[in-house]
Amino acid sequence: MRDHFVAALNALATKDRNVLLITGDLGFGVLTKYAEQFSNQYLNVGVAEQNMAGLATGMALEGKTVFTYSIANFPTLRCLEQIRNDICYHQASVKIVAIGGGFSYGALGMSHHATEDLAIMRALPNMTVVAPGDVVEAAAATQAVYERPGPCYLRLGRGGEPTIHQEKISFEIGKAIKLYEGEDVTLISSGGILQNALAAREQLVERGLDVGLYSMHTLKPLDEKAIKYLADRSRLIVTLEEHSTLGGLGGAVSEVLAELPAPRARLKRLGLNDCFSSLVGDQDYLRDAYGLSVDGIANTVLAEIYSLKTKTL
Amino acid sequence: MTTEQLALKIRKHAVEMTHLGKSSHLASVLSMADIVAVLYGKVLQKRPNEPKWTKRDRFILSKGHAGAGIYAALAESGYFPVEELKKHYANGSKFSGHVSHIGIPGVELSTGSLGHGLSVGTGMAYAAKLDLKKHRVFVLMSDGECDEGSNWEAILFSSHHKLSNLVAIVDYNKIQSLASVSHTLSLEPFVDKWRAFGWKTTEVDGHDHEALGKTLHIDPEKNNQPSCIIAHTTKGKGISFMENSVLWHYRSPQGEEYEHAMAELNRT
Repeated sequence: MRDHFVAALNALATKDRNVLLITGDLGFGVLTKYAEQFSNQYLNVGVAEQNMAGLATGMALEGKTVFTYSIANFPTLRCLEQIRNDICYHQASVKIVAIGGGFSYGALGMSHHATEDLAIMRALPNMTVVAPGDVVEAAAATQAVYERPGPCYLRLGRGGEPTIHQEKISFEIGKAIKLYEGEDVTLISSGGILQNALAAREQLVERGLDVGLYSMHTLKPLDEKAIKYLADRSRLIVTLEEHSTLGGLGGAVSEVLAELPAPRARLKRLGLNDCFSSLVGDQDYLRDAYGLSVDGIANTVLAEIYSLKTKTL
Repeated sequence: MTTEQLALKIRKHAVEMTHLGKSSHLASVLSMADIVAVLYGKVLQKRPNEPKWTKRDRFILSKGHAGAGIYAALAESGYFPVEELKKHYANGSKFSGHVSHIGIPGVELSTGSLGHGLSVGTGMAYAAKLDLKKHRVFVLMSDGECDEGSNWEAILFSSHHKLSNLVAIVDYNKIQSLASVSHTLSLEPFVDKWRAFGWKTTEVDGHDHEALGKTLHIDPEKNNQPSCIIAHTTKGKGISFMENSVLWHYRSPQGEEYEHAMAELNRT
């Protein structure tokens, strides 16, 4: 996703000289070309994220559109108060980009796993939160956050993610992308786990289930209309995210569902169950360990559907 | 109005505002009143009837708890009617204790949590350099605020990028929230630290208007480093029983204390 982000940013920087990219000393090999081509629109501030966020605010207040760039939790949690008081309160046009959402950085360890960022960014007033599902969404999201006024958080994977959308997509902030409709269960996915959601859906379809799949790339503003529609259309909704089940996609969907009158779809949230990802392993290993492998997702969905049926009987 | 007269007005407003609002941080306003008066009365390029004039000098109060002093300076400079100051701390008003930009013309940045203003000012200064603009960015900080590590990130950055259009002023009154700076977390050798970080650093008597006027007259064209002005001040300056007293960081002037404070200022 990061290469697609940088390619999209290149196009933006070419057209608009007020676009700036600021990195907190990360992006080895990834940002080199951009830095050479747009030396006046690039800045490495060093390992100093609080200053990066404040600096970006100052530049944005002077008319720039500033992308701050770093990995995992560094561009968000490390400078959270600067994001809250400076960027968000002043509605500054700062686009915070985190590479390595979820378990992308695998065996590097929990410091490099962004697993509460969506919940925390989503809680901030004026903030838009976007977690694209694949490289096509990542490129489109880069353009979309540029066009959207005010603060945005763009949470990306790392690199090497597959292309899920084989055809042209219509990407709009706050509007989920429907991949499939289904009456038994709808999987709602945020971020790079879309890949496993798609494969799990195929397994479930083979077992004779009618399975829907939506990519909820925007967590804020949330596509409440889609959730309300799915609550009516499906018997079960399963949220999928490489993130804590508290406050991220699962939390956001819960908030909408809880206020809907019965009968409505039951909800199952898949993600980190309020714990640190302290195990050591690559992204696939960690996804498996925390119930987000293709088999893990499919098995959970089957168990939920079985339990629904038992209750109905 | 001379800058000395403006400083006196700021002090009187601050006593009145903290009295009416039963609020804190009066001594912090008194401490910086002369600096603020010289800035607004003499130094800052501004157009009060056009607060967003693009060529204006930017001013950020990073020690946002002293917001009453900026509201007073802005009102006395014609940004909004002086009567509005009575709404400080009032329910439903725009004038929060920590300085706010929302609905108040002339305030560039809302602050209140310490250690934010310098980075934002640094961004403004960097953007101005990129766009070849001539205005300057002034950031007024407290001494206690220099405990915050974020400032030192900005201090490193600004000298590395030779932001000669950036001026940090430290209101060095030597007293922070609970005790003296030297007792809490010593900043000395303070001037040497700024110089070692690459800033053109000057010490000045923060209550001497003539000296402040000269020191604050910064020409970005004639420098290749950011400027730091360490202004030696007296916390609570101008009201004898508040001077150099930790108590008046938080205490609100009421009853006889209010009467005495106003009487002292009226005799000035």
